[in-house]
Parts: sequence; C-alpha cells; structure tokens
Amino acid sequence: MSGVRVLVGTHKGAFVLTADEKRKAWNVEGPHFAGWDVFHVKGSPADPNRIYASQTTGWHGQVIQRSNDGGKTWEPVDNKFVYEGEPGTHKWYDGTPRPFEFKRVWHLEPSLTDPDTVYAGVEDAAIFRSTDGGSSWQELPGLRKHQSAPNWQPGAGGMCLHTIILDPTNPQRIFAAISAAGAFRSDDAGKTWLPINRGLKSEGIPDPDAEVGHCVHRIAMHPSRPNVLFMQKHWDVMRSDDAGDSWREISGNLPSDFGFPIDVHPHEPDTIYVVPIKSDTEHFPPEGKLRVYRSRNGGNEWQALTKGLPQSDCYLNILRDAMAVDALDPGGVYFGTSGGQVYASADAGDSWAPIVRDLPAVLSVEVQTLQ
Amino acid sequence: MIRVVLPAHLRRLAQVGSELQLDVQGPATQRSVLDALEASYPMLRGTIRDHVSKERRAFIRFFACEQDLSHDPPDSPLPEAVAKGAEPFLVVGAVAGG
Repeated sequence: MSGVRVLVGTHKGAFVLTADEKRKAWNVEGPHFAGWDVFHVKGSPADPNRIYASQTTGWHGQVIQRSNDGGKTWEPVDNKFVYEGEPGTHKWYDGTPRPFEFKRVWHLEPSLTDPDTVYAGVEDAAIFRSTDGGSSWQELPGLRKHQSAPNWQPGAGGMCLHTIILDPTNPQRIFAAISAAGAFRSDDAGKTWLPINRGLKSEGIPDPDAEVGHCVHRIAMHPSRPNVLFMQKHWDVMRSDDAGDSWREISGNLPSDFGFPIDVHPHEPDTIYVVPIKSDTEHFPPEGKLRVYRSRNGGNEWQALTKGLPQSDCYLNILRDAMAVDALDPGGVYFGTSGGQVYASADAGDSWAPIVRDLPAVLSVEVQTLQ
Repeated sequence: MIRVVLPAHLRRLAQVGSELQLDVQGPATQRSVLDALEASYPMLRGTIRDHVSKERRAFIRFFACEQDLSHDPPDSPLPEAVAKGAEPFLVVGAVAGG
C-alpha cells in the first residue's frame, strides 16, 4: 500500500506525519529534538528511510541528525561547517564589510541518486556537501568566493542560502538561491557559479535590475522540465524558460505578489502554487483570508483555492520551505503556518484540511511518497 | 574523576543523565575537562565551544562552587573541589527565552 510521510520542522522540534494514500487519517509522531529550531527535514529520493534534519539553537548552535529508519530513530552526525580558506567578507546591514561567519543550516538537499550525498545551504551564505551520510562536510567554495560575494547583504532573516535544486537530467547542474543576493547556477557540479538574475527588478536596492542583490525567496522546478524555473521573489512571482538565463514576471492577477513558498504540481509541470502575503512588513494573507493560489497555465492567471482554509481573521505566515507536493494521483499539496497548522490537500489544492492545528510555528514541510 | 552537569538539551543530545563523570588527564582546567567531554561524547563538539577557535559559545556559562568561571582563561586550574570530584563543573545555558 502506498502512502505519504510528511516531515515538519518547527520552532520547537520536528514532527513526522504519516497517512495512507487516501491522506485522510494521520498519525503524528514527535516532537523529535524538542526545544530546538528545526529548520529543515528532508528524505533521500534514493532511499526513503534515509532522512536528514537540521536542528539549531542560540545556545548550542548547529546539530545535524540522520535517520536510517524513516524518522523513527535518529543519530547526530557531523556539525562542523568550516568555510574553506579565508572566509572573506560580505556587506553588513549598514554597508560595512563583515566576515562570513557560519550560523546555521537552513536547507538540506539530499542527492537524487546517492543516499550518502547531501547538500547543505547555510547562513552566512554558502553551500556545503557531505558524501558520507553527514559524517563530514566540505564547502563548495566557488559560490562564496564569487566576485560578487563582497557585495552580498543579508535579508531581514539573515544572509541565508535557502534553496538548492538538483537537475535530474544533468548531475553537473545545481541551482541555489540566497537572500538577499539572488539566484545562482553551477554547470560544473558546484565548482563555479553564475548569477542568474536577469529580468528581476527589485525596488528596494539601489540598482533595481542589478546582477546580484535580489531577495529571492524560493525557486521551484518540475523534474520533467528542468529548464523551467518558477520563483517567488520578495515581491514578484517570476518564471524562467532557459534555466535562469532570463526571467519574466507572472504575478498576473494575484492579490499580492509578495510571498515565500512556491511549488509545482507533481504531474502537471505548468500548474504552480503560491501563498500570497500582504506585504514585506505585514506578513499575513491579504484581507485575513488564507488562500493558496494555483495557476494551471504556468503563471499570470491565478485561481484562489479556499475550500477548507480560514477565510476570515487569519493572520499567519507561510515560510519559504514550508510547502511541498507528493507524487500520488491525484497530487497532494501541503503547507505549514506560523500558527502551527499543517494543511493538506489530497486533490491538488481543490480542498484542504488541517493534519494538525497546534504545533509550534512551522519552519519547513517536506513530503515523501512511499510505495 | 571530574563531575560534569550539562544543560537539558545537551543531556538529551548525548543521551546522559543529570550528571556524568570524566577521567581527565593532567590538571583539571576548562580546556582539559571540555577536551575529555568531547572525546567521550563527540556529538557535543561545537555545542559548548566553537569547533575551531575553541571559544565558549556566547550563551553558555561555566559555573562551579557558586562561582561564574566563564571568563577565566581556559587553562586556569578549576577549583580544587571540582578537581577532587567534591563539586561538579556546571555547563549552563544562559537564562533566555525564545
């Protein structure tokens, strides 16, 4: 029997939510790592029993956990993230140079083919890789040593590398995104990186169409069409049809084009999902109505999905890593909120129901489809 | 034998009880105690002091014998009561919420 395993990182621990393919009756396990911020939990596509988790606190810093049994038990692995060579500097909020300093792991991206290989996106922005199941980490320093790096500045949440996408058709190609530097692509497995921000316009920076400096919030790709990327930027929803070489806006009729997550339907590469947020300072849905917006034609024309979601007095936020899709048919869509709800739709967004209502603030949601 | 008390998060991480005991080679200092602690419990590396610089993390304090030893040099001898095992060496998470 098939089913799903939803991996939820929260402000005070991790939770594992499981259901069969109907996705109606849920089992909730957790909290794992109680009391810690769990920024991200993600399973290996090559071995669903292998899961990695990033836990962190201000007291004790970073810990990486690994599970070999689908999240039932965990073991701490290496937590030593040391920049290769000179750390170099980036710009601080006031424009002065500031040395890169490791703070935490925002995102873990397991290899598509090898359960022991996993990438980590960290703050201050850099990408690391482990090829031994998290037992040791090495930086891919070409990104942090990019000539633009001394001019990178943190977003309000810190200078985080929050998105890593691996191209299933080309193992040399990796996409990454940094707040607030922008999107980057490597075509040599992470040795060198190219900024891919042409077409982005950001009014909050001195040169609105600068090569770097954009606050990219999230990028999504459908595995069947890896040259097509969708982006939720600080403001604006964007699309690229040439692997990031150029971008065009697809915000269309959205009530706000500010937001954090964006994702693609598992079986329809032109069906995309966003959750509009009112503004950069009012991090809640417009009009107090929690609405996922779906476009079935690759952007510009968006439909509000409201069935089962609160349509009054709702002032939650949905963070960038807190939306995911499963691979069942019909496709499932999941997202978590700053109020501790995890909503699930087993019909591609037509209707929603909460799996849980009262978790700590949700930082991340991933889903594994189990056959 | 040196007695060490860890904060709750680190007890769970290291899967130890409220107090643990360490054999420390040479004089008992913050450095020698933490070296012995991390050798016995590698998962604690980086959670009390930095991996590379060995500086105490900002929100960690070291107490013993009702004294705050946090700002003592890492190679200063710990109080005799700690060295003899009469009093524990306390690793404390700063009082903070969040």
